[in-house]
Amino acid sequence: MDDLDSRASQALADIENAASLDALETLRVGLLGKSGIVTAALKALGALAPDERKARGAEVNRVKERLVDALAVRKAALEQAELDRRLASETLDITLPGRDGERGGIHPITRALERIAGIFARLGYQRADGPEIEDDWHNFEALNFPPHHPARAMHDTFYFGDGRLLRTHTSPVQVRSMAGRQPPIRVIAPGKVYRSDSDQTHSPMFHQIEGLLVDETSSFADLKGTLAEFIRAFFERDFEMRFRPSYFPFTEPSAEVDIRWETKDGGSRWLEVLGCGMVHPNVLKNCGIDPERYTGFAFGLGVERFAMLRYGVSDLRAFFENDLRFLKQFA
Amino acid sequence: MKFSENWLRELVDIKADRAALAHALTMAGLEVEELVPLGEGLDGVVVAEIVGAEKHPQADRLQVCKVDAGRGEPLQIVCGAPNARVGIKVPLATVGANLPGGIHIKAARLRGVESFGMLCSAKELGIDADASGLLELPADAPVGQPLATYLGLPDASIELKLTPNRPDCLGLYGLAHDVAALFGSRVKTGEQPAAPVTGTARRGIRLEAGKDAPRYLGRIVEGIDPAARTPLWLAERLRRSGLRPISAVVDVTNYVMLELGQPMHAFDNDRLEGDVVVRHARAGEALKLLDGSEATLDEGFVLIADDSKPLAVAGVMGGHDSRVTDATRNIFLEAAHFAPAAIMGRARKLGLHTDASHRFERGVDPALPRRALERATELLLAIAGGKAGPVLVAENPADLPQPAPVTLRRARLRRVLGVKVADAEVARIFTALGMQVAPQTGGWQVTAPSSRFDIEREEDLIEEVARIFGYDNIPTATPAGALALAAEPEARIGALALREQLAARGFHEAVNLSFVSVELLAQWGLGGHGVPLANPLSADLAVMRPSLLPGLVEALRHNRARQQERVRLFEVARVFEAGDPPVETPSLAIVACGAARAEQWGEPARALDFFDLKGELDALIAWGGEPQRWSLHADGLPGWLHPGRGARVARDGVTAGWFGALHPQLAKALDLGPDAHVLELALEPLLARRLPQAQAVPRYPSVRRDIAVEVPEQVAWSQIGQVVRSTLGGVLKELRLFDRYSGKGIESGRKSLAMGLILQDASRTLTDEDADRCVREAVAALETTCMARLRG
Repeated sequence: MDDLDSRASQALADIENAASLDALETLRVGLLGKSGIVTAALKALGALAPDERKARGAEVNRVKERLVDALAVRKAALEQAELDRRLASETLDITLPGRDGERGGIHPITRALERIAGIFARLGYQRADGPEIEDDWHNFEALNFPPHHPARAMHDTFYFGDGRLLRTHTSPVQVRSMAGRQPPIRVIAPGKVYRSDSDQTHSPMFHQIEGLLVDETSSFADLKGTLAEFIRAFFERDFEMRFRPSYFPFTEPSAEVDIRWETKDGGSRWLEVLGCGMVHPNVLKNCGIDPERYTGFAFGLGVERFAMLRYGVSDLRAFFENDLRFLKQFA
Repeated sequence: MKFSENWLRELVDIKADRAALAHALTMAGLEVEELVPLGEGLDGVVVAEIVGAEKHPQADRLQVCKVDAGRGEPLQIVCGAPNARVGIKVPLATVGANLPGGIHIKAARLRGVESFGMLCSAKELGIDADASGLLELPADAPVGQPLATYLGLPDASIELKLTPNRPDCLGLYGLAHDVAALFGSRVKTGEQPAAPVTGTARRGIRLEAGKDAPRYLGRIVEGIDPAARTPLWLAERLRRSGLRPISAVVDVTNYVMLELGQPMHAFDNDRLEGDVVVRHARAGEALKLLDGSEATLDEGFVLIADDSKPLAVAGVMGGHDSRVTDATRNIFLEAAHFAPAAIMGRARKLGLHTDASHRFERGVDPALPRRALERATELLLAIAGGKAGPVLVAENPADLPQPAPVTLRRARLRRVLGVKVADAEVARIFTALGMQVAPQTGGWQVTAPSSRFDIEREEDLIEEVARIFGYDNIPTATPAGALALAAEPEARIGALALREQLAARGFHEAVNLSFVSVELLAQWGLGGHGVPLANPLSADLAVMRPSLLPGLVEALRHNRARQQERVRLFEVARVFEAGDPPVETPSLAIVACGAARAEQWGEPARALDFFDLKGELDALIAWGGEPQRWSLHADGLPGWLHPGRGARVARDGVTAGWFGALHPQLAKALDLGPDAHVLELALEPLLARRLPQAQAVPRYPSVRRDIAVEVPEQVAWSQIGQVVRSTLGGVLKELRLFDRYSGKGIESGRKSLAMGLILQDASRTLTDEDADRCVREAVAALETTCMARLRG
């Protein structure tokens, strides 16, 4: 009996000191295996008298339980240590660059253009487009520009020699959108336009967005409200805004829209951002719409101007150089 | 239209300061483009006379002047101006003056000589750019008078950006009327008195151009002083209005044009023979113009001629031979009305744009010629003397524009503007604008003055009401009205989504100009393609591009030249081909060069190749959900592609575009390597997308069998796929190529292809025997059709 106790004490110390799972298993077999000391002690019970056997049996089982517990605790500790070792050995330098994570980007003109078109799409304006190589009728005549009219001189036009020309504005899409259709009409028409003018602030190709709304009740007040909403939605802020009288052959009354823009030196100035007006009755008539029954408004804006303001681009030419050091800023 | 603020204020009462005036003009549609203050800070500058001048003892270029400034003793002033001399009157900045350029005048010692002030040039005074010498004032300038008082300063030069519908404001007289309406004040100009007629010279005038020239007034003024000088006040007004003084006669006609808006012309009367004839030019008729150019005319031009020769192009420019010179003593003054339609486009046709053509093609008040003629006579007689002959009038009143009454309905006004303007306000606005207004049932009948060419219909009146009422006073509202929901087809990928996808795959969007040069197209073998412009800005921008690639590759080269080794760009835009109408095809182009992947630490770098780009194409096609409708072809390649590393892409058998490596010769010419790859596809087929129709998920498992076969090098993978697919039919769910090998262990001229067959039956689980049979059948078919051999 005392022998078992002392051997158990020794075994508990051995378990505590076992350095590996293998050593621990060897210990377990030596204690609890077929020829282990606990097994032997249990076997020896049979030789005892019944009353002695009961007391002795309880004694041996207590020893066994202590050993089993100790083995389990040590095993768990060794397994944890082993896991810790493995995890430590598998640790990566997580600051190394990842693979294939780079992105390209959308051109800032597209970005501004889609943002603008998207705002109007939410207001129910349907997207439309027309050819970039236009005829005189759609670009000028139908829009109430008579031949040789001085208003044409304001459009430096590229010609093809067969009467066709590069559209000088997106307004011809108005004509195409109204032709063969009756109001209500809400159309937004983004696209490339061309004028034979090239310097620091003019590109011979640029982007415009034309908007058109025709129905039975639209008024100049609606036009003002629509554009004020649009400016607020695009810039996500309020601006002081003014509409001042202007002239376009295809709208009357016509207006130019200025917003009060803060300059870098802390001042502010009026900045022209849009042209607009009530659709001229001649234009409605040219498109087969009764100007007595319907009124409409139209507006046009330069996408580059909006992109420059929104994204802080100061040089128009940067848009068309396609320098990656510029483009990557919009990724 | 540039004018002097003081001049305008002389014509109309303006109860507003300069800033308020400028704001009011802009908000009335007469946009102030530039406002330059003139003659600020001239306190202490006076009219002075140089009464003595001696060379400076110490400096060759300086003079020591005695200057009478009206203060008793002459002042001693050292001056370096080349034109400083005794007897001239000049501006003197006295001690204590602060000039506009920041110069503070103090008593000073210059090279040892004391100086008590500074004699000034126009530039030093901030009234003109001329810095060549002292500003010489007229001999009658009163010595001692403050210069500002003498010159009518301070003033401002205001430039308006006038829209083409407002020619009435191309003269101060018309502008004054609009300003009067804005400020509720009155125009101060009264009737123009007729000049005394003391001469008798006359000349016949014949109108032969019908409606194009319905009124022509002339007058002969004899015996003017050819040496007469334009008075300073008049020259100053011209200058502040952007015109340079030239000679007394020309300055007078220019002055009247600025004041009234009526262009005038003066001929040397001694050069005219017989009657003045206003007629259409004959085809080919030629005339040397004032600017020395030779104009060749056609029947569309109206000509001022005499009995034997052309004198001037009506409404555009006078002729050289009949011009007023410094020897001219007798002049023929002209003030006429020409119809805008007769002048529109004429100057442009001659490559000209003149003050006269600018006004006439927009419309000049037909009532003005007489007033202008009398005004010019008045000024001319005062400046250059002479005897004015009778006013000679030729006119066809029936052909003059007649202002017609226009009806404005109250309801329409309210509907278009979205605001109610009080009746009294409407009537006030029209009256203030010089229109005759008569109330009638439901609205007004309005007749515009003859100066307004832009009032023809109801909307024109609505615009006038809105303009003077103030756009700011119109409220903002939200459009009511029916809302038709825009259809958005689901079976179509948005062009923006496509761009986002390419951006997500590492490409940057580029935007190039649509024009390319003939040379660049020729380099790409695309000569003759695209649509050439008749009037390109330059040879570099001559043709509407037939392909996005030449321009996009230029952008790639631009970046390569700036230390960007790996470039991936795309562009979405239209390409153009001639036709009736011309064909515009929205297209997508991709260019890429450099390493296949961004520089990386974990894997060896590899140059971009054909299959990288093909992967991009596959990703685009996969999006549409119908890859089976697409096919690649090795034939029909454009010249700019490598013939062995390019592919034609078709959808439903119709060519959609091409991709591959640039042709090595082109790449070399463009200084690019074999890694330069390009793709160009029509956009529409790419955007087509299948609307999904769900099928039940298979209930039975799939089985995979891998095989490797050896085939001759020239057998294409697509051939193998086709054979296997057609042999196995629907049971073959997928065929995956997982290895391709040639070299050691494989007979030369042959290659090994290892593939996985994914087999599945919809109605039962396939057994091993089923799968083995499939493999046997596939291999047998490959052996017979592709000279294949099964590998170990």
